[in-house]
Amino acid sequence: MTLAVEKPGPGTATPPERPSGARRASAWARRAPLLPALVFMIVVTQLPFVATLVISFMDWNAYYPDEIGFAGFDNFQRVLTDVNMRDAVWTTILLTASVVIISLLLGLGIALLLDRSFRGRGAVRTMMIAPFLVVPVAAALLWKHALYNPEYGLFNGALTWLWGLFGADPPQPDWISSMPLSAIVASLVWQWTPFMMLILLAGLQSRPLDVIEAARIDGATSWQIFTNMTLPHLRQYLELGGLLGSIYVVQNFDAVFTITSGGLGTANLPYAVYQTFYNAHDYGRASAAAVVVVIGTIIIATFALRTVSSLFREESGR
Amino acid sequence: MSVTDTAPVPATRTEAGEPRKPRKPRSGALLSLLAWVVGILFVLPVVWMVLTSFHSEAAAATNPPSVFAPLTLEGYRSFFTGGASPWPPLLNSLTASVISTIIVLLLAIPAAYALSIRPVKKWTDVLFFFLSTKMLPVVAGLLPLYLFAQNTRLLDNIWLLIVFYTSMNLPIAVWMMRSFLSEVPVEMLEAASVDGAGLAKTLRSVIAPVVMPGIAATALICFIFSWNELLFARVLTATVAQTAPVFLTSFVTSQGLFLAQLCAAAFVVSLPVLVAGFAAQDKLVQGLSLGSVK
Repeated sequence: MTLAVEKPGPGTATPPERPSGARRASAWARRAPLLPALVFMIVVTQLPFVATLVISFMDWNAYYPDEIGFAGFDNFQRVLTDVNMRDAVWTTILLTASVVIISLLLGLGIALLLDRSFRGRGAVRTMMIAPFLVVPVAAALLWKHALYNPEYGLFNGALTWLWGLFGADPPQPDWISSMPLSAIVASLVWQWTPFMMLILLAGLQSRPLDVIEAARIDGATSWQIFTNMTLPHLRQYLELGGLLGSIYVVQNFDAVFTITSGGLGTANLPYAVYQTFYNAHDYGRASAAAVVVVIGTIIIATFALRTVSSLFREESGR
Repeated sequence: MSVTDTAPVPATRTEAGEPRKPRKPRSGALLSLLAWVVGILFVLPVVWMVLTSFHSEAAAATNPPSVFAPLTLEGYRSFFTGGASPWPPLLNSLTASVISTIIVLLLAIPAAYALSIRPVKKWTDVLFFFLSTKMLPVVAGLLPLYLFAQNTRLLDNIWLLIVFYTSMNLPIAVWMMRSFLSEVPVEMLEAASVDGAGLAKTLRSVIAPVVMPGIAATALICFIFSWNELLFARVLTATVAQTAPVFLTSFVTSQGLFLAQLCAAAFVVSLPVLVAGFAAQDKLVQGLSLGSVK
């Protein structure tokens, strides 16, 4: 509910006979509480982007401080034709899409399981949230060393134990070397499934139960109710989860940095930008890569903003 | 399809004509069991982390795993006293997270007030401007911030991180606080103004009681995001202002027997987030979806 739109709060009704100077003063009184936050955001987030844009057109490598100059579109050309950068773009898309889609599907399944009443439902929900509350670097370290390690990691340990039951020789794969990107995806899916589950569970619990009960009485099967009523209702929650997840996962740095250090073809764009800037000190090229990331994100963000604003309008219309 | 024309009781039957009721409890029990299994699988790595942190290094590095090895504080001892002390990074993280959260609240609450209770014109545009800044990838602001810090000698200074974390969390806080403030019933505001209550009194006795839980949830979520941040902390700090996640990265390339120590470190650093997250559990969704899902 937005009391502000439908029903202006007290003090909104400006008497019509008020002189325009006083009205302007009251408009500024209204704006005053907003200004500090707005000015802060513009200064801290917009100025750096302008700077990035400017630097992306410059020839600027910290190792050659005398050769700073205007480069035109050279940096962009180098970024877009660089094989490493193109691989990074592809890795970013693959990583983001697989993490978001798998955790959405898992999250949906688990939300459906938790949308029933059973003994210990609260406990299972709490257990499910835990992965999301492990600090991302700590989670990545945990997966890298305590789970994936080929010699004493939990996964291979479990294989040894299971095969040992049958007296067989256990397979001991080196998870990270043999499937580096999947290893990162699995650890991120583990962290992001709870997020999707929470949003979808909130969606499931906002279903109009009387309509579903009516459908059930009319003889609709559970599957019919799921495909014709639950899924359409969940659509906007799926979109919201998918888009917010994409925004966070597309920026992922911690898991790539920790698990593979960007090696074995797992360097995504944030890692590639970090590397160009932190190790190669090529400021112009790093900025051009950053601008490419921004353009890519704007495309996702446009859809995301549209979804959020449609949910927002619905809420306001209530 | 409906067999209930004659009998109004919802005794639905499947197409095969078998009564549905007797089958239901068993499939229900199976689904509950499945929910438990999935929950346990998801929490297992966390449980394993905590268990390993209390094992000796030798017991932590066995294959198959020694689940029932004797418990010891060895891992914690070597984490806290073994090499570089983790206390300065932990204190830096605490300082950066707490101070930036306080600044965020000081900026966000008045802004949210001007976007909900006494809204400015075009308040939705302003709201979506805040959101759009959250969608720009942070990595694009990394270089200018670094160059700025280098030229103003603010590198390795915790205040630079505080400013950055404030900007990182301010949009989330504005959206959350707006959503909590719009839950204040308009009748209560009108009643207060009829009674002649001034702004201060309205804030204190009408608005504050309703939004206090919301402020707490907002603070916890901002704290979590600041505490977790790695990329900027790694680039903008070195030895003095190093935060806990940066300190953890020293384990990335570790060799030898260090697993118990690593798990102790990961658990200690995650503990504040686990506590804050479970405390804010019921408001977590609303915060993470920026207030658009209740």
